Amino acid sequence: MKEYRFIGKPTPRKDALDIVTGRTKFINDLTIPNMLYGKVLRSPLPHALIKSIDTAEAMRLPGVKAVHTYKDVPDWMGGLPLHVRVLDNKVRYVGDAVALIAAETEDIGEDALRLIKVEYEPLPAVYDVEEAMQPGAPQLYEQFPGNILPQGIPAFGPHSLQEVVIGDVEKGREEADFIVEGTYAYENIPNPLPPESPGVIAAWEGTDTLTVWSASQGPHMIKVSLQRRMGSINLHSIGNPVGASYGSKYMSWQYVLPAAALAKATGRPVKFCYGRSEHLAAFTVRLGSRIHGKVGMKKNGDVTFLSGDWLVNTGAFSETSQAMVAVGCGEAQLMLRCPNWSLKPKVVCTNRTASGQIRGFGGQELKCALLPLLTMAMEKAGIDPVDFFKRNYVKPGDGYYWRDGNWWVCRGTDYTKAIEQGAGTFGWKDKWKGWLKPTSVKGVKQRGVGVGVHGNADVGEDVSEAYVRLDPNGTATIYSGLAEHGTGQRSNICKMVAEILQLPLDRVSVTPNDSRVNPYEMGPVGSRGTYAIGSAVIAAAEDAKRQLFELIAPKFKVKAEDLETEDGMVYVKGKAGTKIPWIKAMGYDRTVMGRGRFEPDFALPNFMMIFTEVEVDTETGKVDLIRVVGATDVGQIIDPPGITNQLNGCLGSAGIDTALFEETVIDTRLGRIMNPNMIDYKWRTFSELPEMEHVILETPFPSHRFHAVGVGEIATAPGPSAVLMAVSNAIGVRIHDYPLTPDKVLSALGKITTAKRRAK
Amino acid sequence: MTPTHENPSHPTLTLTVNGKTHSFLLGEGSHEVPPSHTLAQTLRERLGLTGTKISCDHGACGCCTVLMDGKAVLSCMLLTVECEGKEITTIEGLGNPVTGAIDPLQQSFIDHTAFQCGFCTPGIIMSAKALLNENPSSTRDEVKEALSGNFCRCITHYHVLDAVMAAAQKGGK
Repeated sequence: MKEYRFIGKPTPRKDALDIVTGRTKFINDLTIPNMLYGKVLRSPLPHALIKSIDTAEAMRLPGVKAVHTYKDVPDWMGGLPLHVRVLDNKVRYVGDAVALIAAETEDIGEDALRLIKVEYEPLPAVYDVEEAMQPGAPQLYEQFPGNILPQGIPAFGPHSLQEVVIGDVEKGREEADFIVEGTYAYENIPNPLPPESPGVIAAWEGTDTLTVWSASQGPHMIKVSLQRRMGSINLHSIGNPVGASYGSKYMSWQYVLPAAALAKATGRPVKFCYGRSEHLAAFTVRLGSRIHGKVGMKKNGDVTFLSGDWLVNTGAFSETSQAMVAVGCGEAQLMLRCPNWSLKPKVVCTNRTASGQIRGFGGQELKCALLPLLTMAMEKAGIDPVDFFKRNYVKPGDGYYWRDGNWWVCRGTDYTKAIEQGAGTFGWKDKWKGWLKPTSVKGVKQRGVGVGVHGNADVGEDVSEAYVRLDPNGTATIYSGLAEHGTGQRSNICKMVAEILQLPLDRVSVTPNDSRVNPYEMGPVGSRGTYAIGSAVIAAAEDAKRQLFELIAPKFKVKAEDLETEDGMVYVKGKAGTKIPWIKAMGYDRTVMGRGRFEPDFALPNFMMIFTEVEVDTETGKVDLIRVVGATDVGQIIDPPGITNQLNGCLGSAGIDTALFEETVIDTRLGRIMNPNMIDYKWRTFSELPEMEHVILETPFPSHRFHAVGVGEIATAPGPSAVLMAVSNAIGVRIHDYPLTPDKVLSALGKITTAKRRAK
Repeated sequence: MTPTHENPSHPTLTLTVNGKTHSFLLGEGSHEVPPSHTLAQTLRERLGLTGTKISCDHGACGCCTVLMDGKAVLSCMLLTVECEGKEITTIEGLGNPVTGAIDPLQQSFIDHTAFQCGFCTPGIIMSAKALLNENPSSTRDEVKEALSGNFCRCITHYHVLDAVMAAAQKGGK
């Protein structure tokens, strides 16, 4: 393997000093002169018409500068297709926006909310995905009969993937040695819960230019997607460091549009940051996912068919759910070589806070419901799940339909070695005793093991553009709209450019995240940071280097390709003794600007396998996660501590722990979320960490400058179903109702008669 | 300026933050500290010390942790008026005020990339600092216990433990 100067070496994050000294300015740390504070009055009812709304008293409160209701708010829309107004005369979930207020202080804004008088006409509400589709069910939107959202995602092209229909399911049924069927679900709608709630500051110049500072994960896309919805204004989007997102803060219209409306009404900048309860109760949660499915399998573990209805509960609206369904359908095929498919999704609205994009993007939600069904078939066939995944995970030459509806053939890595080494490190052969068999029993403590797998062909999704500017003083500046949301990717692109230009890392920087400065950037979503964003930046750096050499070649009387550069000096290859600094070669009055663009390529799936060991206390029903081993192959590690951080993230951000204790609990009598705070919403603490280890192979990836692929996003997705398998094995009883809280475990063991019925 | 404490109609409050003493007028005016202000609000909104983060605003997540007379406290759960005469240290006050050098604990967080998004990092560093002040040779389990009230959703816990342990072995100084 090639030895690099920066790539693969641990280097301090470029933003490290600011982070550890508290100097990093997150969105709520910013103030702008003359700024007002936005507040949202939220509905106490899950479904109702607004009969009357009286804002006079609120307007009279000193310090209140504007109040908006559905009667006067700009008619800007969110959703796909556009179906959600900023404020409407109908509310569709507890927490839906009813009125907006701009006030001189947050306290005045809060006080003013209480002075708005609203008379509601309550409507019946529906929470269950199948009840919502029944005739006579409450209808959230007139234009969506049966609460079923239309299919199609314009951003994915005219043939976007809507379902997986391949081969002949009847034939698969005939060929099967075993057929299993059942209904499985992942409907605990956990919250990714970044520590920083969503927030924005909006300020207008005149009537057609809006500047937006935000904690968005994809700030450039705020410009691209929202300026059109606001009447072709010019939107400047400035991205701040993101106090984590895990996908969720990519969706931005819910906070940007209200702030923009209030800023427009008052002619002053308006900041709107969600409070914590507001974030937990009225921002996005995971998709609800339920499958009625059938699987056919041969004795050797070959899957002969998979059919089923995938019912996706998106809550009060959808902006990305159809896209998540498309990607989930693609990811199911990566996991399963199967000739006959009929997997039919439906995206359905219900009266609870909306679902949105979260790390795992449809694939985690699908897999968590699909895996229990598949494991039933594996059990019948007596197949070891590690062998099953090894046999079935996509390999170079295998094909699949991806989100654009096109058939792609894998050109990536064969992950068999990663699976084998992961299993070896975990000690799978010793710990696996067969289906529903504990690994060990010591008194009331029973241990079991489980495994899950996930992969995504999104490492090369969507377009990125970047520029790299060389200055005569021997520095390079990357122009990129890449947000820093915790992965260290802004540092990593500096490492890539430093490697290409052989500059010390401190001579490479990235421009502020400003859409007026930087070219198009989809943002660090999926695992596209290393491959897609990285490749655009790399291309820009290579282009800049080429231009620099073309400029200098005549001075040395050689060809451009005979030149080399190191530490801001240029020399002829093989003659490192004679070096001249860039400034001497370029002159002080010139810069060189290289351009790079990455075009999508869906032929390169990444891979993550998670092995888990749990210990169940059969007396109390408590499940402890004892050990986690992750296995992947990333081609080339860019930043060693960065990748272990990312993979350790498998526990949090609505990942593995959604199988154990994370859930958003809705009281279906009132439609209210019962745990919108960080005491009642459970999260893992420092004192309950499992042992954690990762096997990260570096088999050079065929087509990247440094032979690397991204993997961070998928760390969470294989975990929950692996835990389900481990607990079932530990107690010898199938259990699949996420999360596996003690009441459910004791119920499965027959020690208590009824587990509490949980809201869906 | 007239010393405000001599005017009984304007009650004042004295806080020492990062070695600097501040006197505030209590009241609802825009330059006063309302009696309802939490310490976190006063630090952020009156002193511009935004390194102290508010996340849960509920005493659950530890993002707002500061030191009060050397002990870790949750600044979102304390009213500023309760902190009269106390010595407060925030993340901005770590390190050497003369040389500007950062605290070895902060350096250890840099060396171990003991953060991802970095939002919860100031609170974690302050909790760890309070522990090392008290027990410079803490064990890994003691560090886990001391940080059990600090939320980190990116799951940087493992790197944080390495960073704190490395600082602890150097005596936490």
